[in-house]
Amino acid sequence: MTIAKAPPYRLFTLATNAWTAPYWEAAARGELVAACCSACDHPRMPPTPFCPRCHHQGIRWLRSSGLATVYSYTVVERAIMPGMEAYLPYVPAVVEPDDLPGLRLVSNLVGMELSELRVGLPVRLVWHRTQEGVGLTQFHLR
Amino acid sequence: MGTRTAIAGLGFTHYYRRGQSQPRTLDELVGQAVLAACADAGVPARSIDGFSYFAGGFDTGLMCEMLGIEEIRFSAGLTGTGGGSAGAVGLAAMAVASGQAETVVCVGANQQGAQRFGTITASYAPSPENAFFAAAGLVGPGHLFALLARRHMHLYGTTREDFAAVALTLRAHALGHPDATMRKPLSLADYMAAPLLADPHCLYDFCLENDGAVAVVVTSLERARDLRQPPVPVLASCHGGAGEWGRSIYWMNMPDEVFASSGHASVARQLYRQAGLGPQDIDIAQIYDHFTSQVIMQLEDYGFCARGEGGAFVRSGAISLDGGSLPVNTDGGQLSCGYVWGMTHVREAVEQMRGTAANQVAGAETVLVTGGPSVLPVSALILGRD
Repeated sequence: MTIAKAPPYRLFTLATNAWTAPYWEAAARGELVAACCSACDHPRMPPTPFCPRCHHQGIRWLRSSGLATVYSYTVVERAIMPGMEAYLPYVPAVVEPDDLPGLRLVSNLVGMELSELRVGLPVRLVWHRTQEGVGLTQFHLR
Repeated sequence: MGTRTAIAGLGFTHYYRRGQSQPRTLDELVGQAVLAACADAGVPARSIDGFSYFAGGFDTGLMCEMLGIEEIRFSAGLTGTGGGSAGAVGLAAMAVASGQAETVVCVGANQQGAQRFGTITASYAPSPENAFFAAAGLVGPGHLFALLARRHMHLYGTTREDFAAVALTLRAHALGHPDATMRKPLSLADYMAAPLLADPHCLYDFCLENDGAVAVVVTSLERARDLRQPPVPVLASCHGGAGEWGRSIYWMNMPDEVFASSGHASVARQLYRQAGLGPQDIDIAQIYDHFTSQVIMQLEDYGFCARGEGGAFVRSGAISLDGGSLPVNTDGGQLSCGYVWGMTHVREAVEQMRGTAANQVAGAETVLVTGGPSVLPVSALILGRD
């Protein structure tokens, strides 16, 4: 039994700007949100100053339930820089939230047996809060 | 671009293992390759009047100080990262074809003592865009590309044996090259026993990390004919990519139809149109091989096989020097010969067209060179014989 751990979050430093800050503010409250165009509903993640479809600048924030499906994943089993050793193995993944069609999020699969991993796996969101109060998504087995 | 321009000179340093080029400095490696390329062409270094770069490039002012260059008329680089290696030669060719400059040097170099490329993703300053993937522990390109590789396996049934076919074939090629970093044969058992660094990528799916520099002198085909070496005409070169590819591995929201690809499909179309050639006309390919899986996906994007069939293509022996229809990375590539951010592929392509390669392919008239699948722009180049 080898269980997927949480990744080395301490290697991460959050940077935000006016367009991305609302995502992180929601994450700190434990809400998963995603940007879409307030004029044409086109999804837009990470949020940028213009809608790529209609060039409208307004953003509407959609709330997700956090139920998602695994689109792809990798198992990191080797430390390639200092600070990773204690966190192996961890599993970066691309997931598709079931209620946000057309959007993928990059996150981690955590707490599951490596032999269970597969594309198409149904997963659910669990929040991790760092010491700095940053909300980070993890996905566990449903 | 026609065949108005040509590579007239080629210079390179030793391919050092990571960190072992010290105490030489990076500008010293660059200068060594540039001087060697000028000597090879038979042009004085002081007469260089243009530089073409990629991935940030080098300081042209310092190059002038260092090499005693008289006047610069062109100094530019492609944006992006390793995607631009092949296209930087095209940028030099554009400068010559447009009359901006006459003797343009395209140079690439890396020295990984301070920052190894295997963890380069983690070295980028925190940014609002990167925050959306950086927390997940994706600290190296190998982690990011593994996500594309896994998806390719899921969609098309590609296997680790397919990835192994690339690694083993290129290792066999490297054994015939005197400058190759890797000198021992690699077996399927060795491959399967290697640690999975980023599943499905194992140790042998990752390229080498070398220090070194490679430079070429680009001038008009007409002038190249009067210089020391047989000219190697630039048949086509372009850079860019479909907008939907965007920041690709740093975005992961490319359309589903192209997610498990190299992002090169539109560049391939443009390149073939420019050259008036198709995949059936390409004799050899130097495919940017940071990862075995991306060699497979580029072979698909350049039309050597259909999408999803790259695994079977490489396992068929098609990419081997030993009787394959399209020998790939004839020097052993970045997986087994040397890694200089794609410029080793340019070196090998020039040597193949001159007929002087260590693993010379008899009768080869055209060679494709690709830049690294990455963020846009990606790029490619076709060289021929005069």
